[in-house]
Amino acid sequence: MTQTRTWKPPAPAGTPRRPGLDEAAALWWRREVTHETLRRDGRRWTAWTVALVVAFTAPGVGLLLLSLWTLPVALGCFAHAWIVPGLQARRGGRSVVSLRSERSAARGDRPDPVAEGVALGLLGDLVGHRERELVRRCGLAMHRGRFGVWLVGERGALMVRRGGRRVDCWCVRVAESGDLPAGDRVAHLLLALREDEAGFAMVANLGFSGAAWRVRRGLAQSARPALEMARAAARDR
Amino acid sequence: MGRLIRLDRTGHTTLAEWGAEEAGSHEAAVAAFRRELDAGMLASVPNADGSAEVVRELPVDSELVVLRRPIAGG
Repeated sequence: MTQTRTWKPPAPAGTPRRPGLDEAAALWWRREVTHETLRRDGRRWTAWTVALVVAFTAPGVGLLLLSLWTLPVALGCFAHAWIVPGLQARRGGRSVVSLRSERSAARGDRPDPVAEGVALGLLGDLVGHRERELVRRCGLAMHRGRFGVWLVGERGALMVRRGGRRVDCWCVRVAESGDLPAGDRVAHLLLALREDEAGFAMVANLGFSGAAWRVRRGLAQSARPALEMARAAARDR
Repeated sequence: MGRLIRLDRTGHTTLAEWGAEEAGSHEAAVAAFRRELDAGMLASVPNADGSAEVVRELPVDSELVVLRRPIAGG
C-alpha cells in the first residue's frame, strides 16, 4: 500500500491513549463525541440556519416597509433566505456517495468489474439480509448505532437521530482510496463505524445537521428510500 | 479455520489461513498480519452481532480477520 502519512502533532506526554479506532486516537486534540456534543452541534446548526434566514429576510421586510417599489429587491432577499440554507442542506446530502450513483468509483475511468464483484460479495457478507437488500437497491449500508441509525456510502455517512427527524451528514472517506473498488470503500467505513462509533464520529467531519426532508433533496434519487428506511428504524428506537 | 484478508484493489486478497490441524499455519498468519500492520493497515474482526473489534494481535479463534486502510475526515 502506498501510504501518505499526514503529519499530526504528537500527543503531550502523559496523554492517555484513546482505546478504539487508531485514527481517532491520533486526533488526541479533538473532543470526544457524545450524545450531548451531538445535541449541541445540532442546536448550533439550527441556530445558524435561523440566523441566515433572519439575515436575509429582515432587509427584505425593511425594504418593503420603506416602499413597495422595492419589492423586486425584497424578493431577491427572500429568495436568498430560502436558497442559501437549502444549498447547505444539499451539500450535506451530497457528501454521501452511494454505490452506482453518478459519483461512484465504479463509474470511474477504469473500473474493474471482477474486483467490484468481489468487493460487493464481501460487503454482502458483512451486512445482514435486510441490509444486503438495501445495499443492492440504494447503494448504502445501514448500521444501527448508539447515537442513531447510520447510512454509509463509498464516501460520507448520514446519521439519523433517534426519532427520525434530524439527520447529521458526515464527511469521511478511506484515506488512500485511489485504487479501491467501490464496495470495498463502503466496507472500510462500515468496519470502522462498527469498531468504534464515537471514534468514527470523531474522525469524520460534521458537514451539516438538520431536518431529514432537507437532506433528502441532496441525495441521489436511488439513495432516498434508504433514508426513509433509516428514519423508520430511528423512530422505532 | 481462520482467514486473514486484506481489502485491496482486487476486492480482497486472502493472505493466510490457519487451523489447528495445519501445523505452522498460525505462525505464518501472524507473520503476514504483522507485516501488514507495519505497512500501515488496521485489523478488524467482524462479529456476528453486527459489531466489529479492533485487534492488534492476530486472534487464534476468529474465523475472519479483515485488514483495512485508515479512514480520514473528508
